[in-house]
Amino acid sequence: MDRGADPHDVVDRLFREESGRAVATLIRVLGDFDLAEEAVQEAFVTALETWPSRGVPDNPGAWITTTARNRAIDRLRRRKRLAEKSEALRREASIKAELSAVDPGDAATAEEDDVSPIADDRLRLIFTCCHPALAADARVALTLRTLGGLTTPEIARAFLVPEPTLAQRLVRAKRKIRDAGIPYRVPPDHLLPERLDGVLRVLYLIFNEGYGATTGDALVRRELCLEAIRLARVLVSLMPDEPEAHGLLALMLLHDARREARTGAGGELVLLEDQDRSRWDATRIADGRAILERALRLGRPGPYQLQAAIAALHDDAATAGETDWVQIAALYAALVRHEPSPVVELNRAVAVAMARGPEAGLTLIEELVAEGLLEEYPYLHAARADLLRRLGRRAAAKEAYVRAASLTANATERAFLERRLRELSGRPPD
Amino acid sequence: MRYAILIYDENSANPSPEPPDPAVWGQVMEEYNAYTAMLTARGAYLGGEALQPVPTATTVRVRDGRTTTTDGPFAETKEALGGFYLVEARDLDEALELGAACPGAKFGTVEVRPVVDFSGAGEPDATAVGSAS
Repeated sequence: MDRGADPHDVVDRLFREESGRAVATLIRVLGDFDLAEEAVQEAFVTALETWPSRGVPDNPGAWITTTARNRAIDRLRRRKRLAEKSEALRREASIKAELSAVDPGDAATAEEDDVSPIADDRLRLIFTCCHPALAADARVALTLRTLGGLTTPEIARAFLVPEPTLAQRLVRAKRKIRDAGIPYRVPPDHLLPERLDGVLRVLYLIFNEGYGATTGDALVRRELCLEAIRLARVLVSLMPDEPEAHGLLALMLLHDARREARTGAGGELVLLEDQDRSRWDATRIADGRAILERALRLGRPGPYQLQAAIAALHDDAATAGETDWVQIAALYAALVRHEPSPVVELNRAVAVAMARGPEAGLTLIEELVAEGLLEEYPYLHAARADLLRRLGRRAAAKEAYVRAASLTANATERAFLERRLRELSGRPPD
Repeated sequence: MRYAILIYDENSANPSPEPPDPAVWGQVMEEYNAYTAMLTARGAYLGGEALQPVPTATTVRVRDGRTTTTDGPFAETKEALGGFYLVEARDLDEALELGAACPGAKFGTVEVRPVVDFSGAGEPDATAVGSAS
């Protein structure tokens, strides 16, 4: 079908879309993270070698899973010292049987709203990756690596840790899953609620990675957001009485609705206040709002529902000027009570600046600066720079823009900050 | 898989000089007996012992062929190993449930550790693959 397309582009795109699915299926069958990952990586290498001459297969996703399966079987065969040859053969037969029972073609063409949790290998895998026996930072890294198909450097940059540290974290986590016997399954009912929080947190971070795109030239990592949304839909169907799962899904949809309007013609970042609101996805907003209302009816508010409510207020405003900042600032204050964090405090400060003026917001931001917790966080300096600019304190604003630009790993965001800096420098000095 | 359920508690590290209150002691013993019976009933019990408190411990080290014997443990801690169970569990989730059911989890800290499986001796990959079945 895709014979005209550049096979390298197809492989790149496919890696994002399909590697998590293929890895998840192979882990279920093989019970071994490393073997599954290596086999899937080999399959992609083979694709790069053969597709340019032979053309891209009709169902590339199915091809990858099948090729990875064959690579895994080869690797098992090569394990000459495997205790008993008969055991190896028995496993090989059962792996073949199990893998041919999985028709990757079905999964590859499944719609976003296809929610059959029992059959979804990725759901099993996410509960394994988010197991409480793993350190919190390892859960996030592992999910992004195995399900999101992100590279180790991308994850390292997203979480502001050195690459070797992140790599080591992944190795330790996988070793613990294997050696400590962390199960690969959706937890039984009595364990399900306590396991949900960690899963939601990880999904939210995946979404943010796709939405904020900390690396790369493309601001938009559509497939990562869709992946987070898809997994959230599966979770919601599995746990319909869990308001925070609905809340998270609503939050993602209400943000994702603005995606198209977030970048300009040249790929540059467009701030919320400057976005062409006619480009917002009205269907997505309606979907998100309906899900949020369902969540709120369950009567147990939480951080995700509060954030979704904030996003809904933004989406409600026909123009930036009509935004109900007073209510948004109040929701952020409630959010701070539910989930105290300097990042939430920063958002509250920005909302307060909009509701009561830049001076009031700046006062709150200076408190955060004094605490020093967000010193490496580019958005702190960008928000501070913006308020200083609006207060006409140009020299201080320039300094803050320089600091923000030096901290962001995102080329589009840096371009935006540098543009602001030039605008300030273009005027006569203070 | 086999797991060790290691029970750490303050009394094992720094036992009270007073004899234990018989009522409290009896209650703890009863809970442990019930726990052992539960493990046995579900076929999870492989073994277990309670240890005398740390002041009864003696540390032995051999360096360059010379044996050094010292009173007490190597390092002083707030909690010390007071006993252990060896259990069979399907996976870590089941082992953690067994660990949480241990009476020691209420007054001390319970550590759940997988036991090394030497059945695929010298072949770590074999155990990794075998664990899937």
